[in-house]
Amino acid sequence: MSSWTAFRAIVAKDMKTYYLKPPNISWGLIFPFAWMLMFYLRSRTPLDIRELLPGVVSMSILFGTTSMLAVTITFERRSRSFERLLLAPLELSLLMLAKTGGAILFGMLNAFVPILVAAFVVDLSGVLWPAVIGSILLIAATSTFLGLFISVAVHEVFEAQTFSNFFRFPMLFLCGLFIPVSALPVFLRPLSFVLPLTYGADILKAAINGEGILPLWLSFPVLLLFGAGLFLFSLRNIKRKWVL
Amino acid sequence: MSDQREKSMFLRLKDAERPAGEILRADNLVKRFEAVTAVDGASFSVHRGEIFGFLGPNGAGKTTTINLLTGLARPTSGTMYLEGREYTDHPKRAQGLMGIVPDESNLYDELDGFQNLAFCAALYGIDKTEREARSGALLEQFGLKQAGKRPFRAYSKGMKRKLTIAAGIIHRPKILFLDEPTTGIDVASARQIRSLIGELNRRGTTVFLTTHYIEEAERLCHRIAFIVDGRLVRIGSLEELMKEHQQETVLELAVHQAGAELADALRPRFPGYTVHRSDEHHLRLVSAGSIELLPLLKAVAEGGAEVTEARLIRPTLEEVFVRVTGIESGLMRQEREGKKK
Repeated sequence: MSSWTAFRAIVAKDMKTYYLKPPNISWGLIFPFAWMLMFYLRSRTPLDIRELLPGVVSMSILFGTTSMLAVTITFERRSRSFERLLLAPLELSLLMLAKTGGAILFGMLNAFVPILVAAFVVDLSGVLWPAVIGSILLIAATSTFLGLFISVAVHEVFEAQTFSNFFRFPMLFLCGLFIPVSALPVFLRPLSFVLPLTYGADILKAAINGEGILPLWLSFPVLLLFGAGLFLFSLRNIKRKWVL
Repeated sequence: MSDQREKSMFLRLKDAERPAGEILRADNLVKRFEAVTAVDGASFSVHRGEIFGFLGPNGAGKTTTINLLTGLARPTSGTMYLEGREYTDHPKRAQGLMGIVPDESNLYDELDGFQNLAFCAALYGIDKTEREARSGALLEQFGLKQAGKRPFRAYSKGMKRKLTIAAGIIHRPKILFLDEPTTGIDVASARQIRSLIGELNRRGTTVFLTTHYIEEAERLCHRIAFIVDGRLVRIGSLEELMKEHQQETVLELAVHQAGAELADALRPRFPGYTVHRSDEHHLRLVSAGSIELLPLLKAVAEGGAEVTEARLIRPTLEEVFVRVTGIESGLMRQEREGKKK
């Protein structure tokens, strides 16, 4: 399986050279702690970690994937090393799956940091683990594909970072991570439902606390559709813009 | 010309040693970027085992042609064949048979030399044991064994270019594309790289090379295509290109004591030739047709002189290039100096 050899090599190289670096690992550890601490200091009441967990997990994935992938791909395109991948005898769809594979894995690893920390302080019995794992995978995939979408739209690394922030910071507040969608002003609520993270965070809320507002049978397919749509749209743009 | 001199001047495989048949063919390739036509109806074929050169100034369409042939760009029209199979719409089918070395080294700064080669081998599906063996062997062949564990970012420009060429051949391609392989590097490294290219060719690798160094094309290439403004204006072997533009035969004789009286004595005996006296030891004879050597030698001997060397003077590739393209070679030189900076 020569394509599989190439696929594995790309994922392993990206994990080694970009994702599993001390600054990124510490980011994955420090960020959830800082966020929980912020809530604790603000409320000055005993922290309901289980209630915060879906939001922190979603945020850890979002911050570990979207901009990381957008930046690494833009960086490789600037240094022209991405051309080396485009010239390899590997179908473009498989190549891009390999290229996003590292970020998806890293996003999933990031997601388990707050879960592991929470497991030491609160009782996580009753959690629907298959739904948690499924949603983590889909949130990581859609967030990564959002990064891919961004990388196709920009030319410079700083543009990739700026464009990523343009998406991810509003998503923190619009996707029900810490402020329920029902508490948002009415005119903002439709916006929540066109963002994939809303569905991912809702699955996590339902699986961890039983507090989801949408049925799982709806959120999973919608998230899947978002992921496939972003990937296919990016692939189309890559063919148009990068293979001239 | 002695074998030894030929070997030192030309680095490529000898014509007689090359296998027959064409490996790559392009028919009427066109590439337009909106209003600009970057490649305008290029048709050519590359023969197995040869070094085929694309010679032209910056912006002539050399890199665009390589991008079309390797699948990094899609032609507006035209067809491409590799090993007799059309791959115009399916470049992935052909990419496994190609090695590509771009004009700028594009390996990974974070990986060391060995890891870079092993990664490139993996992209072509080569298993771990084999890719490690090939990476080690190539580092040795390219004189980079000591630097194998150093990160790519710490390499000099010449070393980077050498490792990029090694990465281009690690999967043992049928044809190697080299885009301006010696541009922007120091003279010693450029010399080493030309030797490596020659060595690869002598081992049987077919090479498609773009350059704007006329002397590089002359030393390395079996056949050369002149490209200007996206159009191929001439294709041929060095001999063919020069013969086509050799409008007259020029023979230079080295003689002891080439006095004015010797030239005067030769003129009436050979009215079809123009006889010049270059200096006191050299005579130059110019003829619209061929020059017969034996009567000439006899006449010189009768004039009391002795010929020590007879040499046919051919036009240089530079002169041919200027005549065909109308581009002054000085412009090419200026461009390459600019590119170096």
